[in-house]
Amino acid sequence: MRIVIDWDRCIGAGMCVGIAPHLFQLDEKGKLNVLIEEPGEDQRATVEAAEACCPVEAISISNG
Amino acid sequence: MSGTVIVGASLAGLRTAEALRKNGYEERVTLLGMEDHLPYDRPPLSKGILTGTVSESDTFFRTADHFTELGVEVKTGVRATALDTTDRAIHTSDGTLQYDNVVIATGAAARTLPGTDSLSGVHVIRTLEDATAIRSDLSNRPRVVVIGAGFIGAEVASSAREMDLDVTIVEALPNPLARAVGTEVGRLCADLHAEGGTTLLCGNGVAEVTGNSTVEGVTLTNGVTIPADVVIVGIGVTVNTGWLEDSGLDISNGVVCDEYMSAGPTGVFAVGDVAAWHNPLFGVTMRVEHWTNAVEQALIVAYNITNPTEQRPYAGIPYFWSDQYGRRIQFLGRSDADEVVIVDRTRESRKPVALYRKDDALGGALAIDDPMTLMPLRAHIMKEGGWEAALAAVQPDS
Ligand SMILES: Cc1cc2nc3c(=O)[nH]c(=O)nc-3n(C[C@H](O)[C@H](O)[C@H](O)COP(=O)(O)OP(=O)(O)OC[C@H]3O[C@@H](n4cnc5c(N)ncnc54)[C@H](O)[C@@H]3O)c2cc1C
Repeated sequence: MRIVIDWDRCIGAGMCVGIAPHLFQLDEKGKLNVLIEEPGEDQRATVEAAEACCPVEAISISNG
Repeated sequence: MSGTVIVGASLAGLRTAEALRKNGYEERVTLLGMEDHLPYDRPPLSKGILTGTVSESDTFFRTADHFTELGVEVKTGVRATALDTTDRAIHTSDGTLQYDNVVIATGAAARTLPGTDSLSGVHVIRTLEDATAIRSDLSNRPRVVVIGAGFIGAEVASSAREMDLDVTIVEALPNPLARAVGTEVGRLCADLHAEGGTTLLCGNGVAEVTGNSTVEGVTLTNGVTIPADVVIVGIGVTVNTGWLEDSGLDISNGVVCDEYMSAGPTGVFAVGDVAAWHNPLFGVTMRVEHWTNAVEQALIVAYNITNPTEQRPYAGIPYFWSDQYGRRIQFLGRSDADEVVIVDRTRESRKPVALYRKDDALGGALAIDDPMTLMPLRAHIMKEGGWEAALAAVQPDS
């Protein structure tokens, strides 16, 4: 599983950071960093919650 | 099998349909809604749609092809008129549908100001039509009056100011947003209006909206009349439960559900703005009119429909954001508090964070332009030791 961010859409709202602080982080400038781009399968529910709650639908999960 | 019928084709309904398919639900899924559109996103309506930075087509979540691929039948322009939980039937303007599960996602409608129906230039803002009508009026460079200093009214005012229009907000209560975020934080948010060049008048209600066929002004209870060419009414919403009047469901505060988002009878669920539910995290029944909670509830209901023997409760943390005057207000949790502590972490950059204490827990938190500080606080809300941890986390940088 790979976390894919659509950087044209991301507005740094930080919803993903609230849901999964171990996977996502905002830097001092408010820009999003993905800490672990390929989290383990045990993280799927958390990543899916972050994907669903992104207010601009900038997060997707690639299974390729 | 009749499958699942989702009533209301907006955010909550759409996400329920998608999550059902994602969970492997194989029965029929019907998504019906009374608007003539496929599901679209409402937050841009008071923001980019008014200023023109977002186009109408950008607000649509999905294409018609997406629903075909998903195997979801979408019926637009169809209004549900009654629900019969004994016969498991939904009566609509286009015939009767049987269901195994029904998901009530009919949301809310903007409250209107009595006596203004026949006046042109007076608007509410809830639908794409509302927003495009306002945008068109704003292009005539009118004097704008916004009635109600809630978040949506504030966003409309901000958008009109971005277009360099003359804007006044009138608010009946002495303090704006007091109910939403508390008196002190409400004032902090309201300060953004002054900075942005909007006049905010608090403490007097609207006595009359004047004009013959077109609006001319807004007269307050203190007798003052503010001239207006366009009036936007932002005085809250009413839930769309009229069609459930004879259903036997508890519709005393939207559709009242248990912690599993079940409205009582077998196979009847509610999601989104229309749904009140017992939130085990806070131990109270609440109804939330925010984007993210609609999404989270959709996931829960889809799960509970797909896994009837293993129901999941929705212990969600309310969350909303509001974009105004180039700033972003974000709120997590509940504002019902015993104490509110406001910390300005980095004074020069004006990014206040407010913490809401409930007993000895962190009940909620608000930040302006500081998601980096706010979002990690989510982990502390209603958690053991959360108040102390949150206080420590927001102390000003030395
Ligand atoms: C202008 C505006 C700006 C907003 N900005 C923000 C923001 O910045 N942040 C935030 O968190 N939230 C914001 N919101 C709130 C957010 O958009 C809502 O919480 C969200 O739309 C709720 O989705 P819903 O699907 O539950 O209900 P709704 O979006 O209200 O959809 C309900 C749908 O059901 C349909 N319907 C109603 N009755 C029937 C019937 N009898 N039969 C068939 N169909 C029916 C309606 O026509 C509607 O399409 C904003 C809302 C508005 C209006």
